[in-house]
Amino acid sequence: MAQEPLLRCSGMDKSFAGVPALRDVHMSVAAGEVRALIGQNGAGKSTLIKVLTGVYRRDAGQVEFAGNPVDFTSTQDAQRNGLATIYQEVNLVPYRSVAENICIGRARRRFGLIDWKAVNAEARERLAALDVHVDVTRPLVEYPIATQQMTAIARALSFDAKLVIMDEPTSSLAEREVATLLDVIRRLRDEGVAIVFVSHRLDELYAVCDTITVLRDGRTVADSPISELSRYDLVSTMLGRELTESERRGQHVGATATAAAPTVLEARDLRRAPVLNGSSVTLRRGEVVGLAGLLGSGRSETARALFGADPVTDGEIHRDGEPVRFASPQEAIRARIGFNSEDRKGEGIIPDLSVRENITLALLPRLLRRGIVDRGRQQEIVDRFIRRLDIKLAGPDQKISELSGGNQQKVLLARWLCTDPEVLILDEPTRGIDVGAKQEIQNLVRELADDGLSVLLISSELEELITDCDRVVVLRDGATVAELEGEDISEKSMLHAMAEGTAATGSRQPSGSREEDEVHD
Amino acid sequence: MTETATAGPTSPAATRRPTGRSWTGFARQYGAAALLVLLLAYNAVFTRNFLSWQTLMDVQLRQAAPVAIVALGMALVIAVAGIDLSVGSVMAIAGQVGALTVLGGLPPALAVLLALAVAAACGVFNGTLVVRYGVQPIIATLILFIAGRGIAQLLSGGKLTGFRNPGLQFLGLGRIAGVPMPVMLMIVVAAVLWFVVRYTGYGRTLLATGGNTAAARLAGVRTGRVTMVAYIASAALAGLVGLVVIGITAASDANNVGLGVELDAIAAVAVSGTPLTGGRISVVGTVVGAVMLRLLQNTLIAQGVPREIAQIVTGVVIVVALFLQRRAR
Amino acid sequence: MSTSTGSTSTGSTTTAPARIGRIGRVLQKQGALIALIVLVVFGTLRYGESFATGFNVQSVLADDAKYALVALGMCFVIMTGGIDLSVGSVAALGGVVAVQLSGAGLVPAVLAAVAVGAVAGLVNGVLIARFRLAPFLVTLASLLVARGLALYLADARSAVAQPGGFTAFGAWKLLGIPVSFWIVALLFAVGALVLDRTDFGRNVLAVGGNEDAARLMGLPVDRTKVAVYTLSGALAGTAGAFLGAQTGSVDAAAGQGWELSAIAAVVVGGTLLTGGVGSVLGTLVGVLLLQLIFNVIVFENSRGGLQISSYWESVIRGAFLLVVVLLQVRLTRGRRAALA
Repeated sequence: MAQEPLLRCSGMDKSFAGVPALRDVHMSVAAGEVRALIGQNGAGKSTLIKVLTGVYRRDAGQVEFAGNPVDFTSTQDAQRNGLATIYQEVNLVPYRSVAENICIGRARRRFGLIDWKAVNAEARERLAALDVHVDVTRPLVEYPIATQQMTAIARALSFDAKLVIMDEPTSSLAEREVATLLDVIRRLRDEGVAIVFVSHRLDELYAVCDTITVLRDGRTVADSPISELSRYDLVSTMLGRELTESERRGQHVGATATAAAPTVLEARDLRRAPVLNGSSVTLRRGEVVGLAGLLGSGRSETARALFGADPVTDGEIHRDGEPVRFASPQEAIRARIGFNSEDRKGEGIIPDLSVRENITLALLPRLLRRGIVDRGRQQEIVDRFIRRLDIKLAGPDQKISELSGGNQQKVLLARWLCTDPEVLILDEPTRGIDVGAKQEIQNLVRELADDGLSVLLISSELEELITDCDRVVVLRDGATVAELEGEDISEKSMLHAMAEGTAATGSRQPSGSREEDEVHD
Repeated sequence: MTETATAGPTSPAATRRPTGRSWTGFARQYGAAALLVLLLAYNAVFTRNFLSWQTLMDVQLRQAAPVAIVALGMALVIAVAGIDLSVGSVMAIAGQVGALTVLGGLPPALAVLLALAVAAACGVFNGTLVVRYGVQPIIATLILFIAGRGIAQLLSGGKLTGFRNPGLQFLGLGRIAGVPMPVMLMIVVAAVLWFVVRYTGYGRTLLATGGNTAAARLAGVRTGRVTMVAYIASAALAGLVGLVVIGITAASDANNVGLGVELDAIAAVAVSGTPLTGGRISVVGTVVGAVMLRLLQNTLIAQGVPREIAQIVTGVVIVVALFLQRRAR
Repeated sequence: MSTSTGSTSTGSTTTAPARIGRIGRVLQKQGALIALIVLVVFGTLRYGESFATGFNVQSVLADDAKYALVALGMCFVIMTGGIDLSVGSVAALGGVVAVQLSGAGLVPAVLAAVAVGAVAGLVNGVLIARFRLAPFLVTLASLLVARGLALYLADARSAVAQPGGFTAFGAWKLLGIPVSFWIVALLFAVGALVLDRTDFGRNVLAVGGNEDAARLMGLPVDRTKVAVYTLSGALAGTAGAFLGAQTGSVDAAAGQGWELSAIAAVVVGGTLLTGGVGSVLGTLVGVLLLQLIFNVIVFENSRGGLQISSYWESVIRGAFLLVVVLLQVRLTRGRRAALA
C-alpha cells in the first residue's frame, strides 16, 4: 500500500454534551484496500463513521478524500463525492421496490419522467454484477436481509462510490450469505474500490481485510496490516489489557453445589419459525447460565418466549417442574421471573418517568392498596435499591432519561430485583455502559446467584460469559447446539459451536483443538 | 448526600440541565398559567366588575368548563399517545339519548346513566379499534366522528329535541354551594383525575404505557387495558359534557352539540405543554389551558377585537406552545 | 463458485410472500374501486339510466371537484407520514379571497386563491419540516388562523362574488360536463404521473416509508415535506375558488370539516396513514365513493317506498371507513406474518 491513501483523517475529535466520543483518532484507506475497523461497543466506531460521512460535524481534525481536504455536510454530500455507507440496520425504504431503492434520487428519465423500464433494467444489471438475481419490481420488504443488504451495496456502487463503509453488514446474515458478501467485497477491491469493513467476527476480518484500525475508548490504538496483528493481539488491544485466562465463576461456587440444585426453569425444544427451531435450556437454582450465539441465533427470542413476551408454536416450558405457558409478561412476573431487555431505550426505560416510578413499575401491583400506591413502602424500596446498587442520581424524583447509561441499567435491574424474583433473565445487561458500571453489574450478578437467584445471561461478549457463567448454552439458527460447563467454557469452544454448530450436548471439545480439557465432574 | 451524588461523573445531565434553558423550561411548564394570570390581572384592572363572583363563575369559568372537561378526557388519551376526534359526536349522541330518555318519561337519573353508558360504549368502540386492531387513533376515532353525528341526527330526526326536566337541566343550570354545575363538574372531574394520576396504580401505568409501551408491557403492565380505559374515560366525559350542554339549553340539537369541540380540547392540552407523543399528562395544566384560551377569546372580544382575530391569536398561542416544547427537548 | 448458491437462495424465498402481497395490494388498492363499481352498477340497475347519466353525473362531479382537490393535497401529505388539518379553513380563506377579487376577473381571482393557499401551506411546511413541530398541532393552529383570516376578510359575513367571469366559470361546461370537473381530472392525472414518474413523487413515498433512511440516502427530506404542505395549501385554495365560483359566495362556515372528510377519502382510497404507500387515483375513487353514497340515498328516496333519512349518509360513510380500515389491518398483518 505504498500509494497515496484515498481517505486520510487525523486528529479527529468529537464530543457529545462534553463527553468525548473520539479523541485524536486517525485512519487511512487506499484505493483497492479493505480496512477492518474494530472496537468494542462504545469505542467510537459508529461515531467515526458518522463524522466521516457528514452525519455529525467533527469538533476538530482533518479529513482528506481523494487528495482534497473535505468537510462533508451531509450524507448526500459524502455520497455525491464517492463516499457511501452501508449501515448496520438496512437503511432503505421497505415498501418501495428493490429497483427504486437502488436508483431513487438519480433515476433515469425519458421526457423528464422516470423511465421505469430503464430503471428496472439498470437495477437488475447492478444486482447481477453482485450475483444477485431477483425480481427488482417487488417491494424490498419482501426479501430477506441479505438481499436488502445487497440492494444497499448496489445503491452505493451506483453512485460510483470510491469508498464504501460497511458498518456491521454481516451481523444479521446467515453463513452462506456472509460468504456471498465477502466475495462481493473482494470483487469490489479488485475493481479498485476502497472498503472500510466493520465486523465483530474475527474470521471475516482475517478472511477479507488487508489492514486494520482498532479503536478503544475513542482513540486509535492500533493501525497496521492485519497480517501483523495476531488474533490474540487484536483482542487484547481491543479490550485494552493482556488477555489472561479469565477467572471462572465455577471457581467461586463449587460446580457441584449448583449441579445438585433443583431445576427452576426449563425450556424444551421451543419453536416458532423461522427464529426458533428447537431451543432448549435448563436453569437450576443459584446458577448463572449463559446464552451464547451470534446475532439472530435466537438468544433474545428464547428469552422472550420464556418470559411470555412472544408466543411459541411448539415446545414446553417448566417452572419448578410444573408445565407452564405464559400468555403475557405479567403472568411470568407472577411466577417470579424477571426479564431485562437488551434494548434499554426501546424496551426498558420509561423516559419521562422518575427513577422512583421506573424502579417500582414491575412491583406496582403489589404496592397497591385499593388501587392506590403505598408511597411509604414505595419510598422505602426505592431507597433501598438505590443504595444497594449504588445508583448515582440527584434524587429518586429525577427523570431516568437524565441518568447515564450505566445508571439507567442499574435502575432497570432494580426494577426486577425489587420484585424479589427467583429467575432473572438478563439480555446484554452490560452493553453500551461504562466499564465501572459494567464491573459493578457483573459483581452484582455473582452475588445474587450466590444468594440463590437463578440468572439466564445473554451476552455477545464471550469473555463475560466465561467469567460469569456456570454453564453456557450455545444457540445457532434458533436451536441449541451445545452446552458447555466449567472448564469447557472457553472462547474457542463457544466460537466453534456458534460457527459450526457441531459440538453437540455433552461432547465438549472442538475437533482438532489443542485444548484437551480433563473431565472434571 | 444529594450533592455528592450529583457531582458524580456519571450524571452530568443532572447538573447541566437548568442553566441557560431555565426560562423556556419555565415558560413551557407555566406559560399557560402565566398568560392566564396576566389576562386576569388585565381584566381586573380594565374590565368592570370582572372580579365579581358573577363574572368569574357564571361567565368565564362556566363557558370554559365544557371544553375543559372534554380536554381532561382528551389528556388521558393523549397520555397514551392517542387522540380522540370523536368527542363532539359522542357529546351529541349522549345529549340526544339523555333528552329522549326524559321525554320518554323516565327519571333523569336513568337518563344520565343511559347517556353515560352509551358514551362509554362509544369509547369501547374506539378503544377496540386502537388496542385490538392496531388502527391509528386518528383514523379509529375519525370513524365515530363521521358516523356518530349521523347517529345522533337519526335519533333526533334532525329536529331540535326540546324537553322540560328540572333534573336533567340541573346539570347545566343548577348550582351547588353557589357554584354553577358545569364549573362544579369541572372541578370534581379535575380533582378525581389529579388524584388518579398522582396516587393510583392506574396513573402510573397510564404514563408508563404512553411513555414506552414495549417497556411497560415487559414490566407486566396490561397496556391494552390501560389504553382502553383512557378511551372509555374520554368518551364518558364527553357524554357528561353532552348532558351539561343540553341541560343549559333544555334542548338537544344533534346538528350542533359538540361541533368542533375536539379541536378546542386538543388545543387546551397542547397549550398546557403536553406533547402528543404520550407519556405525560398535566391535569391542572389542561384545565388552566382551557380556561386561559376561553378567557383570551373573551378578553380580546370584549376589547373590541373581532372574534376572528381572537381566533388567530389562539392559533398563534398554540404554535408558541409547540416551540417551547421543542426547545425543552 | 460459492456465490451462486447464495444468490439462488435469496431468489427462491420470495415467491410465497410475493403472491400474498400481490393479492393484498390489489384488494387494498382496488377495494374502493370495486365498491364504487358495485355501487354504480347497483344504482344503474335500481334507479335506471338517469342514475348513471345526465344530471346526476354532472352534479356529483361538479360537487366533488372541491373535495377531490382537497383530498389530492391531503393524499400527498399523508404519503409523507404527515397530516393537514388546515385544508378546510384554507379553502374558506382562498374562497373569500377569490370572491373578493372576483371583480378583477376570473384569472386573478383564482390565482390569488391559489397563492394564498400556497403561502398558508408553506408556513405549515416550514414549521413542520424546518422546526420539527408536530404536523397535527401545527395544522390545527393554522386551521384556526386561516379561518380567522377568512372571517376577518369577509367581515364575518359571507363574501359575495361580483357577477362576471368568475361566477360564469362555475357554469362553464365542456362536453356537457362542468369545467371544474375537467380541471380536477387533469390535476389528478398530473398528480398520479408526478407520484409515479418524478423524483418528487418518489421522494414523497420514501420520506413516508422511512424518513431516516431517506435522509441517509441523501434525499431532500425537508424540501419534500415543505413541498407537500405547500401543494396541499395551494389545492385547498383552489378548492375554495371553485366553491366561490359555483355558489357565487363563500360563507363563514365554508369548508368546515373538509379536512376529516378528505382524510377519510384518502384512507378509503388505499393510502396508509403511516405514510409510504399511497395512490392518487385511489384517492379519487375514495372521494367519489363517499360522495356517491349520498346520491344513492337521494335516488332511493326519490324512488318512493323506502324512505332513507339523509342522516344515514354519514353513518354509511363511517361504516365504509371502518370496513376499509379493518381490511387494511388484516392485510398488513397478514403480510407481516408472511414475512416474519
